[in-house]
Amino acid sequence: MSEAPARPSRNVWARVSIGITAAIALVGAVAGFAWLPMSQPQGQFGDVWNAICSAAGLVYRTPAGEPPAQAAYRTTDVEVTPQMLRGAGAEAVGRGATLALRCSMCHGVQGLSGIPNLAGEQAIAIYKQLIDFQTGARASAVMRPLVTSLGDADMRDLAVYYAYLPRQPDARRDSGTPPRIVADGAPMRGIAPCGACHGTLESKAGAPLLGGQPASYLHNQLVAFASGARSNDISQQMRNVARAMTPVEIDSASQFYADQP
Amino acid sequence: VSSSRWLILAHFWSAFAGFGAALLLGAWQMFVRSPLSAPLGDPEWYYRSVTAHGTTMAYVMPTLVAMGYGYFVAEAVLKRKLIGLHWAWVGFALVAVGTVMAIAPVALGLASVLYTFYPPLIGNPFYYIGVVLVVVGSWIWVALMWVNMYRWKQQNPGAPVPLAMFATVAGSLLWGWTAVGAAIELLFQIIPVAMGWRSTIDAGLARVFFSWTLHAIVYFWLMPTYIAYYTIVPRAIGGRLFSDTMGRLAFVLFLVVAMPIGVHHLFEDPQVGSGFKFLHSVFTALVSIPTLLTVFTICASVEIAGRLRGGKGVLGWLGALPWHNPVMLGAALSFVMLGFGGAGGLINMSYQLDSTIHNTQWVTGHFHLIFAGAIVIMYFVIAYDIWPHLTGRALDSFRLMRAQLWTWFAGMIVLTFPWHYVGVLGMPRRMAFYDYTDPAIAGQAAWVIMSVIGGAILVVSGALFFIVLARGQLAARVEPGVYRFSVAVHPPHTLPAALNGFGLWVGLMMALTIVNYGFPIAHIWATQGTAVPAVLVGSRP
Repeated sequence: MSEAPARPSRNVWARVSIGITAAIALVGAVAGFAWLPMSQPQGQFGDVWNAICSAAGLVYRTPAGEPPAQAAYRTTDVEVTPQMLRGAGAEAVGRGATLALRCSMCHGVQGLSGIPNLAGEQAIAIYKQLIDFQTGARASAVMRPLVTSLGDADMRDLAVYYAYLPRQPDARRDSGTPPRIVADGAPMRGIAPCGACHGTLESKAGAPLLGGQPASYLHNQLVAFASGARSNDISQQMRNVARAMTPVEIDSASQFYADQP
Repeated sequence: VSSSRWLILAHFWSAFAGFGAALLLGAWQMFVRSPLSAPLGDPEWYYRSVTAHGTTMAYVMPTLVAMGYGYFVAEAVLKRKLIGLHWAWVGFALVAVGTVMAIAPVALGLASVLYTFYPPLIGNPFYYIGVVLVVVGSWIWVALMWVNMYRWKQQNPGAPVPLAMFATVAGSLLWGWTAVGAAIELLFQIIPVAMGWRSTIDAGLARVFFSWTLHAIVYFWLMPTYIAYYTIVPRAIGGRLFSDTMGRLAFVLFLVVAMPIGVHHLFEDPQVGSGFKFLHSVFTALVSIPTLLTVFTICASVEIAGRLRGGKGVLGWLGALPWHNPVMLGAALSFVMLGFGGAGGLINMSYQLDSTIHNTQWVTGHFHLIFAGAIVIMYFVIAYDIWPHLTGRALDSFRLMRAQLWTWFAGMIVLTFPWHYVGVLGMPRRMAFYDYTDPAIAGQAAWVIMSVIGGAILVVSGALFFIVLARGQLAARVEPGVYRFSVAVHPPHTLPAALNGFGLWVGLMMALTIVNYGFPIAHIWATQGTAVPAVLVGSRP
């Protein structure tokens, strides 16, 4: 068999195979894009073109002038990325140290006071909380007047300064094996392990390291998240977790982290 | 097969070394998430292990088997030296270096993102670059397979390309094109974020690109198994291949319909429209055609062997088959697992039924039954069949081989059937910890323990496999003779060009990819505001 006489037969193969494939694709497309959507009992598409656009995955846009849904309370404006404070140098730490003089009365000269402790905390977490205090997304009668005059650069400097300070010395006892809520969470209630974001197992941008914070502070924050009194968590991450936690779990997680260095 | 036997052996030994290590990890994973074990103090170890197990078993082991077997087929069936031996070694080196580069950060806990990457999770860049090197190394093999076939056709104008080579090139072309999706995802989306050049990633688009690779990769894994069905089994049991043409049809159909169907992995994803999901569901169903063609042809070929051996009557030929022959046994066990796995797959590919088992342990059970079961058991058979021709030493521990194949089959059934069941009950996959004290899932504990036993049986079987190969390495030297492939009842003398080349089928494959993927990719790419912040794994922010 040479290539030349094979031409006509190849054309037959090509015509038939392309024809069958195209026919299947066409029938599948008509069924998937028009017939099945139009057969839905709700009849939500109105006309065929709407059905095709929906089946193609086109995004429905809110018509101009129609406001998007709003929560009844103030939500956070911060979009956290791991790189958001990258590039801050020694100068930023220096400026932050000067600005921090106004914080030291409560948070301690070394950032260690249990109010909570800021020394060695994640910079992104501090920065986000400062913005949230300023916008009112996180309510605090004490913090709000102190942050209203801060500019964005000031808050970045403060955040990297406190992150730069050494964490408290490892003098505290290590409480050993973490409780189950910290290590494993509670999958049946949709609770991820605390340690997956807040230290012990792993830490994530924007999730503060909890080790060494006072148990009372951690306890109060969890209760506030559960009741909705605190609502500056993005997409309700912490409110969903705290609502599903039992009082015993809240106590054991708070105590565990308080005992961690 | 002399000039490249070290090349082929290097591929197989590396593949099996990775397989052995990853097998132990898999069995350990089964144990730590079962009620038999205290919860792991640090679930991070579990995800490290899953990532290493998946990366080795999905990217490294089958790729090396396909490459090594491809080189073997090219030399043995074309009866000439492999063209591009040096390039083949370069490809092997890239795969080896890539594997080490990818696994090291995983072992250090810097890339516990699972082998399917799951952006916006982002791990250490070396992990992704290592995977890219593995793919690039395998692309050298793709090119070499095509070059070897092309040269042979030039020198034998009009002659039919032997089925084994035709099928090998089909598998390599399928892989060459299907790997493009993950390559785009890695090079243009993930690696820039992992290197710190960007901080956000369009996870939905990344999942669409990965689905381009994710389904057809299974058919790439399947190709050596199918080649063994067609070109080893009939010869090894003393029969004839029922139809050479049917084999060619099956392989070119895999090329066309196995590729543009990956969106059935995204049925629950919001970024792809329902119309495209339905279209992919339709084409996924068509994969049954080459599969059933193969089942029919191989059963008919086996029946020929049974009748040649004196079997009579409607079913009498079954008893006359050489069941003591490991190839016969392995193929039969493979078919049984393919049948169960395929039946489960019908649920996965159905747009509506998928929602009942999506992201559950059912899916893990399904792909282990198909890949680790039906496919890998034939990898063992391939090794047993060609080993004497590679080592020049006899491989005659037949009882051990049969024990190995039986234990692999039994272990895989005991492992995957309970997985399917607990999946139907709703047990999620990819979790390090299950609270079996919760009454809602306490009843699943016994089934999970059954799976642990299945995993243990598989470890025993894996050990037997290495013992068989090691005994072969120590056995007496023999002259294995010329390696033979199956002969068809009617060997082809002339063929239509369409069944002797790939232009038409590769064209159809690419055209269907554009039809089925073009709009969703373009649309998501053009839609603003779809990127989300990356979540860095294993590094302190």
